[in-house]
Amino acid sequence: MRGNVILRIAAKLLIPCILLFALYVQFHGDYGPGGGFQAGVIFGSGFILYALVVDIDSARRVVPAVVSRVALALGLLLYAGVGVAGLFLGGRYLNYSVLADVPTTGQHLGITLIELGVGITVAAAMVTVFYVFAGEER
Amino acid sequence: MVVIGLALVQVRDLFGVVMLSGLFTLTAAALYVVMDAVDVAFTEAAVGAGIATVLMLETLALTTGTEKVTRHRALAPFVMVVVTGAVLIYGTLDMPRYGDPRAPIHHHVAPRYIGESGREVGVPNIVTSVLASYRGYDTLGEVTVIFTATAGVLALIGRSRRRRRQKQSGGGGEGAG
Repeated sequence: MRGNVILRIAAKLLIPCILLFALYVQFHGDYGPGGGFQAGVIFGSGFILYALVVDIDSARRVVPAVVSRVALALGLLLYAGVGVAGLFLGGRYLNYSVLADVPTTGQHLGITLIELGVGITVAAAMVTVFYVFAGEER
Repeated sequence: MVVIGLALVQVRDLFGVVMLSGLFTLTAAALYVVMDAVDVAFTEAAVGAGIATVLMLETLALTTGTEKVTRHRALAPFVMVVVTGAVLIYGTLDMPRYGDPRAPIHHHVAPRYIGESGREVGVPNIVTSVLASYRGYDTLGEVTVIFTATAGVLALIGRSRRRRRQKQSGGGGEGAG
């Protein structure tokens, strides 16, 4: 697909919008529809589009396979870590109210953090699976 | 969706099958939007129509593009599918009508979520506060499932590739020696 000019230009225009939209879905999930899972999938698909249209090798240079694997575990750790942080601050596991002075602020912080964890894990999962499949040919 | 499903059974070209199944998911996503489940529609469109299609195409590139034609008629699976479908449809007869305010699902914990989540959690989107706060354990479990599934894919496919590459480089070394 490297020679197809229309595809390349269209993808070049689309990819920043897709990634930006993913971030919007990620951080606006408290107010509108969406959240970490959807944002992670959209981010991952935007990146996969880049890898498909431009080149898988340059995609691997942007996000090496090691990074996506580490991020995969990191997101889950962030989620579980927020729960443990709640334990240390005197609450129950995954109770975010104790994360800040005002319970609702704590809830907000906790939700933002765990959604971020979900997003990181999901996006990394998509990219990792894509890499594994795409790397099979060689 | 029924038409696409029938077409899926008929088409032998697997590329067409992948495209049709993407179309099927996209129709499902549109259906979710109609039913006001925007979050689910989001996921369905991105995962089902987007990433799953790409992964299936990659699998096609790895394997083959046409379905193997089987000659014998598969009667037992057909009967099983029909019976299962009939049971499922029979099960829906007992369900309350869509959007019925007296349905049991609207009387269990939903009133508390709708009434109290603004005060307790303080996030305007109730879906988010239910998913992330009240049902935090479930979501943690889901993320763990995704993590485990990806680790499984890596263990199944990622490792064989590395081994093959090692074998290739090892064989090359022997040849040179």
